[in-house]
Amino acid sequence: MRDVSIVGVGTTPVDKHWESSMRELGVRAINEALLDAGVGRDEVDSLYVGNMLSGKVVDQENVGALMADFADLGHVPATKVEAACASGGAALQAGVKGVMSGLEDLTVVLGVEKLTDVCQCEVNEGLAYAADQEFETFHGATFVSLNAMATRLYMEEFDVDHEDLLRFSVNAHRNGANNPDAMFQSEIDLETAMDSPEVADPLKLFDVTPICDGAAAVVLAPSERADEYPETPVEVSGIGNAVDSVGLHDREAFVEMAATVEAAEQAYDMAAMSPGDVDVIELHDAFTVMSAMGLEDMGFVEKGEAPAAAREGRIAVDGDLPATTMGGLKARGHPVGATGVYQAVEIVEQLRREAGANQVPGAETGIAQNIGGTGSNVTVTILERGD
Amino acid sequence: MQVTRHWREFSSHYRLEGSRCTDCETVAFPPRDVCRECGSTDTEGYELDGGGEIRSYTEVTSPPTGHEDQTPYYLAMVELDEGPIVTGQLTDTEVDGFEPAIGARVELVVRRIKEQGEDGLILYAYKFRPAL
Amino acid sequence: MDTGKLLDPDRPVGIHGYGAYVPKYRITNATINDVWDGASAPIDRKAVAGSDEDAVTIAIEAAGYAVDRAEIDPTDLRAIWTGSKCPPYDVKPTSTIVADAIGAGPDIQASDVEFASKAGTEAVQSAIGAVGSGMAGYAMAIGSDSAYGKPGDQTEYDAAAGGGAFVLGEADEDAVATIEGSYSYTTNTPDMWRRNDSKYPEHAHDFKDKPAFLNHVVTAAETLMDELGRTPADYDYAVIDHPDRKRLGRAAKKLGFEKEQLDPGFLSDEVGHARSGATLIGTAATLDGAAPGDRILWVSFGSGAGSDAFSLEVEAGIEAARERAPSVETFVDRGVEIDYATYARFSGEIEA
Repeated sequence: MRDVSIVGVGTTPVDKHWESSMRELGVRAINEALLDAGVGRDEVDSLYVGNMLSGKVVDQENVGALMADFADLGHVPATKVEAACASGGAALQAGVKGVMSGLEDLTVVLGVEKLTDVCQCEVNEGLAYAADQEFETFHGATFVSLNAMATRLYMEEFDVDHEDLLRFSVNAHRNGANNPDAMFQSEIDLETAMDSPEVADPLKLFDVTPICDGAAAVVLAPSERADEYPETPVEVSGIGNAVDSVGLHDREAFVEMAATVEAAEQAYDMAAMSPGDVDVIELHDAFTVMSAMGLEDMGFVEKGEAPAAAREGRIAVDGDLPATTMGGLKARGHPVGATGVYQAVEIVEQLRREAGANQVPGAETGIAQNIGGTGSNVTVTILERGD
Repeated sequence: MQVTRHWREFSSHYRLEGSRCTDCETVAFPPRDVCRECGSTDTEGYELDGGGEIRSYTEVTSPPTGHEDQTPYYLAMVELDEGPIVTGQLTDTEVDGFEPAIGARVELVVRRIKEQGEDGLILYAYKFRPAL
Repeated sequence: MDTGKLLDPDRPVGIHGYGAYVPKYRITNATINDVWDGASAPIDRKAVAGSDEDAVTIAIEAAGYAVDRAEIDPTDLRAIWTGSKCPPYDVKPTSTIVADAIGAGPDIQASDVEFASKAGTEAVQSAIGAVGSGMAGYAMAIGSDSAYGKPGDQTEYDAAAGGGAFVLGEADEDAVATIEGSYSYTTNTPDMWRRNDSKYPEHAHDFKDKPAFLNHVVTAAETLMDELGRTPADYDYAVIDHPDRKRLGRAAKKLGFEKEQLDPGFLSDEVGHARSGATLIGTAATLDGAAPGDRILWVSFGSGAGSDAFSLEVEAGIEAARERAPSVETFVDRGVEIDYATYARFSGEIEA
């Protein structure tokens, strides 16, 4: 087994891309990543595509072949990887394993999602595919309502002020304002967030993420050859992936995600690191409660202490636990299957010291957490600056 | 139109038929072929009683397709007396000032969940009402 | 005098279990009148099904209680009939869904019955036949409705939701009541009807009263009592079908029953008239408070038209059985008033 590095990245902005189709977005990101890596498309050995709802939204499956076709990658292996909202993280890790094994020398991982071709209620229906269809969704449970129930339990257990949870969103928006790829590039204040309309008690509008389109791609190569590429390489030091019950009601505990704890442990072990070594934390902030639990379950603060960390400003880019440094799911956006790859690209930007106003000074190591469902599938990836 | 998918779940949806492990006696709902407690594949059908307590809840105001005519409704996780926690709607709650409470006792009733449009099946299943 | 008019079973039949259910919501006469003015009815309020209830769900709950009280294995039921004027499916019997929900079947005969408001008691007659002939050890009869009248019409004031269910078996020591005799009186009288594609029934106004309702109820009750050699004074209770208190008064007066006899079954002012379920609920309520040895006369009315009449004697088993499921009072007392807009939403007049 050999070490793997990210040698090129490419993204489209996250937005409602009315004029662009799913394949157009995907190809654009792939092209940009290949350009960034300085490699020709004929050098690519394989493609992994992270996507959740292509069938639901644009009636398209066989997405691996479709992207390889329209990116003109030739007769390479190309497969869609699906793990609900963690599809991007899962695709990334599949690509890493391919290069790590020695079977592939240059792999492209693409995360792409096109959601705006159908109405909101159909998107919500699709997102709910991650839940238990016969025993959660059948009863009228939506993704928002399931997370609302978890939020209620978290707030009751730790006596949390809703304000403190919303600070994760305020922080995300502040960082998103400096990210040209972000869907929302304006700050919000805490009062606006607190006054926002209720979507599912106790969740308010600013507790949840927007519907959008986007594509992000990375080029993976063996670390031993990373200096052949123009940009500062970023090493994939550790990967971890774990599942838990699909039904929220079947979890052992509601205020922590066992899948995160397990996946993080795997990643830290592989990287021979601990939370203290991490400089940048890309949380899966689909819901504010996920931000809080993510910070705790990956070992950055004690259980129940994340809201206090947010209140104390520790999650800002100049704090000691910089989180969602380029806007996170909340402000950069959550093009579902692409998110995990956007997270990786953003950490690469931080580690290359190209994060602009959001730069975490001297960032050497970053961690990305990508959550599928209400916590049923979690990937944790640790990246390290390669020089 | 999905018919057989729902027909297969009638016993679980109408009668709360779950499963019980013959080795460690753990009761599961939804039913499982593999016991989560001990890993045994020796499980049998077991009908749960339907009584339990509210563990968490929320009010759904943006429903999925098909549930509009019953909106808003309360969704809850109910811890059944036999152990499993299930997700389901609360019902008989259209009363001014009604607020679910964590720990409140509820009991199972069979109600309409949704229709498959005007011509399709009517899907019935368990909901939970405040215990009489 | 026994002229052979009674439906005479080969073996005595008894009620082994009974159950009833009334939805939680109520709309008052005044609330409806505020919207429509004009027509009214001598009724205070009626029970309204919630947006997730219908004749099927009401039947399931009542049937479950009947099985609980009878303490039988539901797979021992050999027949199930559900009478309703508003089954959610025209083709797909409510009885098949109810059977599944209560754990009955598959060794069972099942079908739905229609005879306007007496479909429930028609189901009881069939169940008596199944058990009385020896064809079935146990049979279930259900009457369940979630009825509505045309908005603004007089029938809107009393058309309500509710249901009752009875498990019948041989009249042995486990029975909670014995059915001493039953009689059915049927004519071709078009007092009220509904065509296939019509949403609400049409009725022939005043013709509904004397020639239809009064004639059939009185004839059925009198014939039954004559054949059994009984008089109203022999009965402790009478459950007489009544869409409203005025019609109850007229029928009771004609037959010669007193207020005390009618009280437990007189529920229309509290919960309206649940059509096929009405007298089953009334009889269940009466059984809730009856003592062994009490006699109950039970007579229904269905437009089209006809009446079923039953004479019951309560047995010792009633005391233990009534504790095994909630009383009718439990459901009657938990009523909560709704406004007309909510009523329109629940009834499907306005849809999302």
